Amino acid sequence: MAESCTCSCSCGRDASEILIFPCSGASNVGQIANQAGVELTKAVVGKMFCLAGIGAHVGSFVESAKGAKRIVAIDGCPVQCAKKTLEHAGVTITDYVVVTEEGIDKNRNLNLAAEDVNKICTKIRASLGIS
Amino acid sequence: MDIKVLGPGCKKCKELEKAVHKAVDEIGLDAAVEKVEDMDKITGYNVLMTPGLVINGKVKVFGRVPKHKDIIRYIKEEM
Repeated sequence: MAESCTCSCSCGRDASEILIFPCSGASNVGQIANQAGVELTKAVVGKMFCLAGIGAHVGSFVESAKGAKRIVAIDGCPVQCAKKTLEHAGVTITDYVVVTEEGIDKNRNLNLAAEDVNKICTKIRASLGIS
Repeated sequence: MDIKVLGPGCKKCKELEKAVHKAVDEIGLDAAVEKVEDMDKITGYNVLMTPGLVINGKVKVFGRVPKHKDIIRYIKEEM
C-alpha cells in the first residue's frame, strides 16, 4: 500500500525534482515568466524556486538546486537574468524559455494576459515532456 | 555536533534520516540525529521544501535526499 504523503516534498510524481526559476523581472514578460512558474507549481509540474536565493549564493539553496533532475529557467527577455544567475552559481539549466522569443513583446503593462502565461506554460510542459 | 533532519514523515524524509544515520556511522561520529516533524519548527529554518538537513544550525540542503558522498561532505564541513 502506498505511503501517504503529508509533507511538501511531493512524493507522488516527483515535482521537487523539477525546479522552476523565473526571472520575475519588472516588466510584463518578467511577470509572465513568474506567473508561469506559479501556474506550473500549482499544477504540480514542478516546484518554483527562489532565484534570489541563488543570486545571493545561499549555500543550501545552491546545493538543493544542483541536485535537481531538471532545472527550468524562464527569462522574460534576452537580458537572460535567470540564465546568467543560475550559471554564475554553477547550476546547470536543462530547460530554457525566453518569453519574448515566443512572440510576446516586452512592455510595462503588468496586466498579464492569461493566454500569454498559458503559452509559456505549454512551451515548458512540452520541453519537459509533460502533457 | 547537532544534526537535524526536517520532515513530517513522508518517504523521502525517512530516506534522508536513514541516509544520515548511515553517514554518521561510516564517519564514526558520536552525534545524535534528531528528527524534526513539527511544521512550525521546520518553517523556522526557512526551507522551501522538505526533507531538509541541518547541521550545527546551518541548513545544508533541502527538497531532496542528497547522495551519500554529499552527506559525508556536509558533516565534514562542520567537524
